[in-house]
Amino acid sequence: MTALAPTTTGATLDVEKIRADFPILSRTVRDGKSLVYLDSGATSQRPYQVLDAERHFLETSNAAVHRGAHALSEEATDAYESARDRIAGFIGADDGEIVFTKNATEALNLVAYGMSNALTSDDPKAARFRVGPGDEVVVTEMEHHANLVPWQEFCRRTGATLRWFGVTSDGRLDLDPSVITERTKVVAFTHQSNVLGTVTPVEQIVAMAKQVGAYTVLDACQSVPHAPIDVHALGVDFAAFSGHKMLGPSGIGVLYGRRELLEALPPFLTGGSMIELVRMEGSTYAAPPARFEAGVPMTSQAVGLGAAVDYLSALGMENVHAHENTLTAAALEGLQGIDGVTIIGPRNTESRGGAVSFEIDGVHPHDASQVLDDSGIAVRVGHHCAWPLHRAFGVQSSIRASFYVYNTLDEVHALIDGVRRAQDFFARDGVSL
Amino acid sequence: MKLETMYQEIILDHYKNPHGKGLREPFEAEVHHVNPTCGDEVTVRVHLEGSGADAKVVDLSYDALGCSISQAATSVAYDLIVGHTVGESFEVLSAYQEMVQGRGKVEPDEDVLDDAVAFAGVAAYPARVKCALLGWLAFKDAVAQADENAPELEGQA
Ligand SMILES: Cc1ncc(COP(=O)(O)O)c(C=O)c1O
Repeated sequence: MTALAPTTTGATLDVEKIRADFPILSRTVRDGKSLVYLDSGATSQRPYQVLDAERHFLETSNAAVHRGAHALSEEATDAYESARDRIAGFIGADDGEIVFTKNATEALNLVAYGMSNALTSDDPKAARFRVGPGDEVVVTEMEHHANLVPWQEFCRRTGATLRWFGVTSDGRLDLDPSVITERTKVVAFTHQSNVLGTVTPVEQIVAMAKQVGAYTVLDACQSVPHAPIDVHALGVDFAAFSGHKMLGPSGIGVLYGRRELLEALPPFLTGGSMIELVRMEGSTYAAPPARFEAGVPMTSQAVGLGAAVDYLSALGMENVHAHENTLTAAALEGLQGIDGVTIIGPRNTESRGGAVSFEIDGVHPHDASQVLDDSGIAVRVGHHCAWPLHRAFGVQSSIRASFYVYNTLDEVHALIDGVRRAQDFFARDGVSL
Repeated sequence: MKLETMYQEIILDHYKNPHGKGLREPFEAEVHHVNPTCGDEVTVRVHLEGSGADAKVVDLSYDALGCSISQAATSVAYDLIVGHTVGESFEVLSAYQEMVQGRGKVEPDEDVLDDAVAFAGVAAYPARVKCALLGWLAFKDAVAQADENAPELEGQA
């Protein structure tokens, strides 16, 4: 295949060169099979550049950031803040609009808890976030549990009502205009489904939300790693993503919030580093982002994520997206060419990213993945933390392959062969299941 | 090949033709267990005669959605449990649980385990252990709900 060679148009990536940066990709699994890693949607692998940046930081500058005035502390603080700047630049945000969290899940909870804390906050600026009985929160049926359960809990705490956009049979959002009303206070939705691969029409949903003055919260876990994203251009109020899905470390996630909103949002976690003034009777809080970063933060992870966005920026996010598009197209075509395989989600690459979920007639996903695993192919099985979505499609679980910068067309072909092998394996000896 | 070690013929046979499947009356307790990581589900009913370790399992009826391992394991459980006492069943379950959780280091006792010994290969795949235990642990729970004098399972907290 020539499609993956670097071209003069720069539309694709030099995958061979990229793969050499990822030590884990050269290991074998299950008795000497080459690893075919098709589970980057769950977590991605890390290049030397990220591993080295973390190690270098720990070997030279490790200290608690924003505490103390010694040399290491200053260097550590610089490294931490420099990572924040580069991550802000990567998604088109300003300094001070990026909050470090443990992961996207924590970032989404930070928004939900910050908003419900507005009910008891004595800061007049927080009043804008007050939500109560009669108000509504809108989510979608294709949310990851991380952007669903926190809003269910938010509604339970505040007395608001949860509503949602359903999903069409071809895996798109059904943007029924009656769902967002004058009562809607929050619209929380995914940018790209981690199951279907569907890219949602963010601008359209933001426009609907703005019309009624509702805040928008974007789950950007599956979009920021895979395509050029400009949060200001998208117009969302908040966005969340995780470092470990974008070549970076685990243990670090990001909340983007419009500066004006972060200024007004009450804190979620409280303690050291997030305060302005503390007295026995009570305390006041630091300006954002510090207000939302209680305790000694994860530092080498922030440095590692900074290195990851440098790595991705050097590849060019347009190129990353184009490369994944090539792989997704090949996977969709190959899988649909197999009798008994059904794609769950859009069947072509229009407004779609590189997560391809499917079912195989008569072969349970768990069993299929076992056969794939036996060939060294790592895919995800289950409901991928999107149980309501699976229910909407009437399936109990599915198999998901997801692609990233280091995957090749050969690996897509290995997946397709593996699916055939799974069918053969479970049809063996006339055992037709 | 490892794959065939796990997917023994007998497992695939049970998967294809499960024994005792379907929910039946009468029953003293019904439980519903799910494996939250994959969504596999099983509903188990037990019909006991008597109480304590000597209670006889007159029927174990079930309905299940899941992979070959979880389906076949529940079908084999039906074969090994119905007609036996709760005490005997728990003895099999203990040995079975020890085997599938044993990472391949536990030598299975075929005299106790009977057909359930076919699941020894599951021990090599920690991610599948829950599948192999789903129906069995639902049975244990159902017995506990049906009979307040139910014995403790050996090796369980
Ligand atoms: C769409 C989406 N949202 C949220 C999450 C949660 O990310 P994390 O588990 O890193 O917090 C994930 C990843 O599993 C995801 O794919």
